[in-house]
Amino acid sequence: MANPLKTEVIRLYKNLLYLGREYPQGAAYFRQRLKSAFMKNKDVTDPEKIKQLVARGDHVIKELEALYFLRKYRAMKKRYYEPEK
Amino acid sequence: MSGRVLVGVKRVIDYAVKIRVKPDNTGVVTDGVKHSMNPFCEIAVEEAVKLKEKKLIKEVVAVSCGPQQSQETIRTALAMGADRGIHVDVSGKDYENLGPLQVSKILAALAKQEDAQLILLGKQAIDDDCNQTGQMTAALLDWPQGTFASEVSLEGDKINLVREIDGGLEHIKINTPAVITADLRLNTPRYATLPNIMDSLMNNETELHKPNHRTSLCVGLIPLFETVAPEDMQGGTDRSGAMLRHTVLQSGLGLHTRSLVVFSIGIGKNKTKLGTV
Repeated sequence: MANPLKTEVIRLYKNLLYLGREYPQGAAYFRQRLKSAFMKNKDVTDPEKIKQLVARGDHVIKELEALYFLRKYRAMKKRYYEPEK
Repeated sequence: MSGRVLVGVKRVIDYAVKIRVKPDNTGVVTDGVKHSMNPFCEIAVEEAVKLKEKKLIKEVVAVSCGPQQSQETIRTALAMGADRGIHVDVSGKDYENLGPLQVSKILAALAKQEDAQLILLGKQAIDDDCNQTGQMTAALLDWPQGTFASEVSLEGDKINLVREIDGGLEHIKINTPAVITADLRLNTPRYATLPNIMDSLMNNETELHKPNHRTSLCVGLIPLFETVAPEDMQGGTDRSGAMLRHTVLQSGLGLHTRSLVVFSIGIGKNKTKLGTV
């Protein structure tokens, strides 16, 4: 019995794993945390609950993208621009 | 009006990587080092894609000059929303000699070939920090230039531009076709997500050009610079010692000059080292 939400969950996991390659504390650290976060909810069967969890994952993706952007922006600003008074 | 925008993207060592100098001092270590798109080029791509989303232009073409791996950078640009990629294959010795002038010649030739309306570039690359490609491309094409743009808006065949200059902002209006280089605050580039990268792999829209191939661009890549290792360091002139001797001799301490112990070691021409006075 294939759960229609299964592909959604796998997609989320893959995307997060990809994003984790740039994680400041290292990809290995991120992968471990990511896996444990998914494993913690492996017994969830309620579709509503799964949807909620996937939405939370998507939110984490947004947060990570924002984190990476800010990190790069700050690095560039520090290297190329005068500090603001 | 072709509505086509050429965006230059450069593959550089990732900004977060700690740079190491090669043991023979001829450059920096690039093998096995993470590379990514130059952050300022990302801003340029984002601006072009934004203009396209506003339907002010029709096509975004990402151009990169460099070896095979440059295609990864083009793919990132495609994942960010560029329509098509052009990879100008420059490898080996040519790549080592590739500087802003050569790149601007390639870009100028491509702009004519593609009938581009606008060239968007990053203001500088974070590896060589030249900050010249945009300016030289504009000069070669004899197009107006808007450098260090922090705001761009298209108005018919005119471009309203806000430039970041020392001590403030400058508002200018230029005609198209034009060359624009992006500053840091122009926009916030989107992240090339995994699904988009996969899509760009599926429909690889990248053309290959050889810079000096007869049927291609006909741009000669004449090297301008030569890298030479610095000569072995030998003793230079110890300014303070020389100054001191000069002062002493000038100040009429003639009696004491004989008692001054001046070590003068001549090494080569004009290289005198003065020891203890």
